[in-house]
Parts: sequence; structure tokens; C-alpha cells
Amino acid sequence: MNPFTFDPEWTTTLTTPFMVNAFLAGLCIAAAAGAVGYFTIARHSTFAAHAIAHIGLPGATGAVLLGLPVAVGLGGFALAGALVIAALGKRASEREIATGTVLAFATGLGLFFARMSSSASQQLQSILFGSILTITDDQIVGFAIFDIVLLVVMAVIYRPLLFSSLDEQVAQAKGVPIGVMNALFMAVLAGVITIAVPAVGTLLIFALVVTPAATATVVTTTPLRAIVASTALCLVSIWGGLVLAAMFPAPPSFVIVTLSTLFWGIAKGVEALRRRG
Amino acid sequence: MQQSDASERRGPSVECRDIAVKRGGTTIWSHGTFTIPRGTVTAIVGTNGAGKTTLMKAELGVIPLSHGTMRVLGAAPGEDNARIGYVPQSYTNDIDSSLTAEQSVLLGLTGTRFGFHPVTRRQRAKAHEAMEFIGIADKAKLRLSELSGGLRQRVAIAQALVSNPELLMLDEPLANLDLASQRTTVQILSRLNTELGMSIQIVAHDLNMLLPILTGAVYLLDGHPHYARLNDVLDSKLLTHLYGTKVQVVTTPQGAMFVTPNMAEPGGCDMHDADEVARFHHHGHAGARPQTDGGATR
Repeated sequence: MNPFTFDPEWTTTLTTPFMVNAFLAGLCIAAAAGAVGYFTIARHSTFAAHAIAHIGLPGATGAVLLGLPVAVGLGGFALAGALVIAALGKRASEREIATGTVLAFATGLGLFFARMSSSASQQLQSILFGSILTITDDQIVGFAIFDIVLLVVMAVIYRPLLFSSLDEQVAQAKGVPIGVMNALFMAVLAGVITIAVPAVGTLLIFALVVTPAATATVVTTTPLRAIVASTALCLVSIWGGLVLAAMFPAPPSFVIVTLSTLFWGIAKGVEALRRRG
Repeated sequence: MQQSDASERRGPSVECRDIAVKRGGTTIWSHGTFTIPRGTVTAIVGTNGAGKTTLMKAELGVIPLSHGTMRVLGAAPGEDNARIGYVPQSYTNDIDSSLTAEQSVLLGLTGTRFGFHPVTRRQRAKAHEAMEFIGIADKAKLRLSELSGGLRQRVAIAQALVSNPELLMLDEPLANLDLASQRTTVQILSRLNTELGMSIQIVAHDLNMLLPILTGAVYLLDGHPHYARLNDVLDSKLLTHLYGTKVQVVTTPQGAMFVTPNMAEPGGCDMHDADEVARFHHHGHAGARPQTDGGATR
């Protein structure tokens, strides 16, 4: 599979049912990732986001081992991990070591479970690196329902969550329940990661949840605009990745992550030039 | 900005009866019985770890009292915090923040509301009024990360002001600021107090910059909070005891008083107490008033 051979039949590939599902999944994932990405950065929880995906890994491979759906195991472990991280509190420097240690252990455990059965072993690569081309109709329905719930929850808690993310002490003094906000946000983040893993996998999730939001904060100044912009960037990365992966036979995850990183690199470069000039 | 209604200003700003705070089994301070009148500018002073910030957080109801009762603006701590503006010390931590000054100030009005509420024209006008008062209206569209420490702190003050608080609490507002920024901040606080009648509390290490506007201080000494009017706080013996290092009160020709920790060995250099210094100035400058009673000239 030479990635530089152009496939002239790529437009036909795009209209196949698995590609249509991939595009729909991309839309759902972009909406979810965009809604939480800004807050993940504002709350200094980017490392937690990365860790939650890895904590989900043994859940995913363990679920395959037990014959359960991957999303159930992944989501369960991610949620449990997210709530533990939330309970550890917001003192980031202390939390990083605990989170990182649990992350490493969880990844090892995920490998252990995967090696216990051949089916889990086969699934390991798609859990680690994603397999957006194998998303089923049922998964799309699940994603869509999750998105609707997520957007309603985020709309309701938007301002207090923003206040507690940016000015925790003042928000607490003004009566915002910061502990509840933290737990709620972490739970939401676990959900978003659970639906984003099928696209790019646990290892590359950072590029969909955090990177577009980081790019968006460079180009926008209000939180709402940053959320809209990061959703758009995420969507362009996924859809663009799918189109390019149809043209050139490269893994979609690779192209998606490359585009997301490229946008970020350009935004950072332009920002640096603007500061100097 | 509106002046608080005179009818609202009855009663003291803070009233404490035998208050104590424990954290992790250790008593931070105890036996605090004092009253801070309305419309005053009060410093909260004490050595590192004396519990200055703890006192402020107890007033906000964030840290519970282990003993005694406290009323803040006539209500139990934490019960009516919408009437309190709070500027924590950590404003410098948000250096990475991509938020604009205006967005940050707006959060002071909208940040506690659940549900979907677009920002109204009135809220935006209110935010601009607050930024105008603080003198940062021209910085409204700049990101916090583009502002200096002094300006970021003024944004934090504007955010606290935007909801028209009756009491403003600031934790170490002058720390990490250069002299010009310190002076600007003190001038803003002075205007808030005199023009809007706002009660102000300031946690501070260094009283020097604040002396011109202070009316009193809560000092945390030997594990107990005490309140005193400024004249009584500016006592060399008390300050020396309070800070655990030799402190002098001197009077300058301008009439301002300074509290100066003396770094030199005791007796190793020219040391004078307040009365002596006052007499020097009496001799040297006909206009300067003697400070024989240790009182303020303001």
C-alpha cells in the first residue's frame, strides 16, 4: 500500500455506505469534541483528557474478552477514571503524577486483556488507532443521541462551567458549585472520548478533542466563537481526512490527525509572526 | 456605578463573635471578636501563614467557622455573596487565558446563571461602565494574555465591581505589581471607597502603599484576629510584635507614615522610634506636624 498512489475512483469510494457512515460519525464527533475542547483547555484538563482515553483501553479490550460491545467497556472505564480524576481535585501539579501512573497501568492492563483472546487482540489496533470506516448504523444513532444530550447539558451549565473554568475561586465565592461542575465536566469528557475513540483511537484522541480547541483559541477571543471554531476545525479535519484517505490509500486516522496538527501549526506560526511584527 | 443606597448601609460590614477556624485538626486562629464598620478600608495583616486569606474565605463562607458567629453585611457568611466582590490572589495564573478583558468582566454578571442566556445589551453596558471606572475601557477587546499583570488585576477588579457590590475583598492586590501599578490600584480603591461608599478589605503584606487610604486593620497576632483603627495599628511595638522583626513608624515631610522593617542589626545603625522621628521633622520642617501621640495626620 503505497500512500502516494492516487486512486482515480475516489469519488465512488466516497458514496459507499461505510464512507457515508464515516462522514456522519465525523459530524457527531466534531460536535461533541468542539463542545468540550475549549473547556478542557480552560480547565487545564488536557492531560486528563488524554489519560481518560487510555484508562478506557482495558475497558475496551476487556469488553471484547467478555463478548460485550467495545463502547460499553470503554465508556464504563473512561467514566470511572474521569470521576476518580475529578475526585482527586483540581490541583494540576499533584494530579499529573497520579493520572500519569494510572494511565500507564491502564494501558498495560489493556494490552494484557487483549492478549488473553485472539478477538481482543485483533481489535486492539482499531481501539488504539481508530477505525472510522467500520462504524455501523447503530453506532451513528448512539452518537446522535449522545450529542443531543451533551449539547442540552452544555447549554444549561454553560456560564457557570465557564466561570468555574476560568475563575474558580471567584466562581466558588459567588456560589457556583465547583465540585459538581468538575465532576460533571469530567463525566461529559469521558462520554465525548468514548464516542471519539472509534474515529482516531485512544492514542490519537488528543488531536480531535484538544488540538482543534487550541487552534480555535488562537483565532477567536470569545468562548462561544472558540467552541464553534473548534467544532468546524474538527469537522474539516475528519471530513478532509476521509476524502484524502479515499484519494490516497493512507489510514484515515493518520490523515485526520495530520490535518488537525497542520491547522494548529499554521495558527501558532501566524500568531508568532503577528507578535513579532 | 451607583452609590449604594444610604438605607442599605446600616449596620457594620463585618461582625464577629469569638470566631475560630480549624483546618485538618489545627486551629488557624481563634477568639476573634471584632466589628468592621461600613464604608471603611480595612487591611488584613499578619505574617505568612497567619491565616489572612483564611479569614477572607471564612467571610465568604468558603471555609466554615469551627466556633463563633460571623455576620457579613448582616447575613451569615456565604449567604449573600452577590453583594460582595472578590478578587483572589491568583489572577496572575491566567496568563495563558485567551479570553478578552470584556468577556472576563462579563462573567462577573453572567457567570452564576444556569440555563441559556445570551448577553444582553444592558449587561454589556454595565461591563463597560465598570471598565471605564477602572480605566481599562480601551483594553476591552484585548486578551488577558496580552495584558500586563497590573492591567490583568484591574480587569479582575472590574469583574468584581460589575455587580455593584457593597463590600470588595482583595487578596494581596499589590503583590507582584510595579510601583506605578500599585499606585494606580490604590487610587482606584480610594475612589471606590470615597465615590461609591464601598467597604473594602485588603489582605496585605506591606502596608506602605495602602497607608493613605486605610481606616483600620484586622491584624492576626498570636493566633487571634484583632481589629483596630489605623492610629492604633501604627505602633512600632505592635508592628514589631506582629511581624516578628523590628518595625519602625516614621513620618516623612509629606506627612505620610511608613512602616519600615529594619534590616540592620539592632543598635548597629541610627534607629529612632516614631516619637523621635516626629521631633526631627518638627525641627527641620516647620510645616510638618509632630506625631507625639502616634496619631495619623490624615
